[in-house]
Amino acid sequence: MLLINCPYCGERPEPEFVYGGQAHVARPGTEATDAQWSRFLYERDNDRGAHAERWRHFHGCGRFFNAVRDTTTDRFLATYRVGEPRPKVSA
Amino acid sequence: MQRFSALSLLRRGLSAHRDWQPQWRRASPKDGYDAVICGGGGHGLGTAYYLAAEHGLKRIAVLEKGWIGGGNTGRNTTIIRSNYLFDESAALYDHALKLWENLSQVLNYNVMFSPRGVVMLAHTVHDIQVLQRHIFANKASGVDNEWLDPVRAKAFCPPLNVGDMRYPVLGGALQRRGGTARHDAVAWGYARAADALGVDIIENCELTGVRLDNAGAVAAVETSRGSIRTPRLGVVAAGNTSTVMRMAGVALPLESYPLQALVSEPVKPVFPCVVMSNTIHAYISQSDKGELVIGAGTDAYTSYTQRGGLHISSHALEAICELFPMFRRMRMLRSWGGIVDVTPDRSPIIARTPVPGLYVNCGWGTGGFKATPGSAHLFAWTMAHDAPHPINAPFTIERFSEGRLIDEAAAAAVAH
Repeated sequence: MLLINCPYCGERPEPEFVYGGQAHVARPGTEATDAQWSRFLYERDNDRGAHAERWRHFHGCGRFFNAVRDTTTDRFLATYRVGEPRPKVSA
Repeated sequence: MQRFSALSLLRRGLSAHRDWQPQWRRASPKDGYDAVICGGGGHGLGTAYYLAAEHGLKRIAVLEKGWIGGGNTGRNTTIIRSNYLFDESAALYDHALKLWENLSQVLNYNVMFSPRGVVMLAHTVHDIQVLQRHIFANKASGVDNEWLDPVRAKAFCPPLNVGDMRYPVLGGALQRRGGTARHDAVAWGYARAADALGVDIIENCELTGVRLDNAGAVAAVETSRGSIRTPRLGVVAAGNTSTVMRMAGVALPLESYPLQALVSEPVKPVFPCVVMSNTIHAYISQSDKGELVIGAGTDAYTSYTQRGGLHISSHALEAICELFPMFRRMRMLRSWGGIVDVTPDRSPIIARTPVPGLYVNCGWGTGGFKATPGSAHLFAWTMAHDAPHPINAPFTIERFSEGRLIDEAAAAAVAH
């Protein structure tokens, strides 16, 4: 079980959270081609190493935030608020 | 290849079993091959076997970064069934099931395929409707699947609690041809048969790069044991497929998640079949060694750690204890995780890629073991013909941009 540092509430156990998938996936505009739309909907980096992702503190403050986690160790490298840029941390 | 038979067993027995030879060679990489398979699990080894046995390719190598069968082939709950909702899926998994039925004879290797019946339980009215829909869809496409009311479910699986519980058993769908097989034997049987046809099985050899020629086609692969020329590369790397395919510049709709399983201490035969519950989420069967083999769910997040959270496996055990109260005092012996590559529609990809000479067989998610022979057979066909077999033709990468999803995710919810 992971211990996750919510930027609003502090460290809480994983069952309080819901995973929200890869972070910083920008939605294309209405002029997007099928290929661009398909990339937005389906393709993910699936990184081995540092991975930026969304979490929601569902059974807490209820807010979304972002995190960078090393997917080879599951260790969190950073958590940060939505709207902030991805911090420069590496696995 | 030394043939296995009752006679050879008897003869070797007279010499105290001292003159058995290794079942496959310990190969080192050569300069070049006609085809290279990346991934030495059941699907990869089977692909090499069928390329050699059915398509006459002579120079084939299987590259495995660890030891063969050490990934998801050795980490699953060995459940085999083909009662999928959509025609495309039912055809794919039933193709595999038909190959399972003769696999031990074909490979001269006992893969211990045991069609003991797979029951999928219904706990809600919605479950009943979903399973009934599966049953009728399967009947229409010639796949066996039948409805059991709670009394018949109890008769088929006596340990099952059909009495008072939070999510009572309202019935189940039974596929009698489904069952289990011995996972290691599948990898070893394919390895031995492929080796006998001249396939080089190269362990401890990790793919580190893919070299393309001026026309953008596969020319060679870089590995931890040197560079190997090949015009054909088949990637069957399960959870690591995204990483390998990125070396060739191909992005895929995959995410890798940990999936856990665990086994109990071995006990005498107490459990006659396979039981799955999508709703309260657990899978269980008993191995021939006597261990209860229990499958849990995936963790919520992507990971490459090959381990998952304890609360995930505990959740599966809670469901098992509720369904089978007689197991409440069983002790669990081992638990582990595997990394499964999941597509958005939970159906696999067995296809050519935009790079000529590069083929991919991935996205089996949480249910790849059951498909091993079919997946390998169709992938070998696709690599040999540079075109898909009619059965795997719908399982392309392009189905996502074309909107032709084979949406078993919606059809089967979680269980595979």
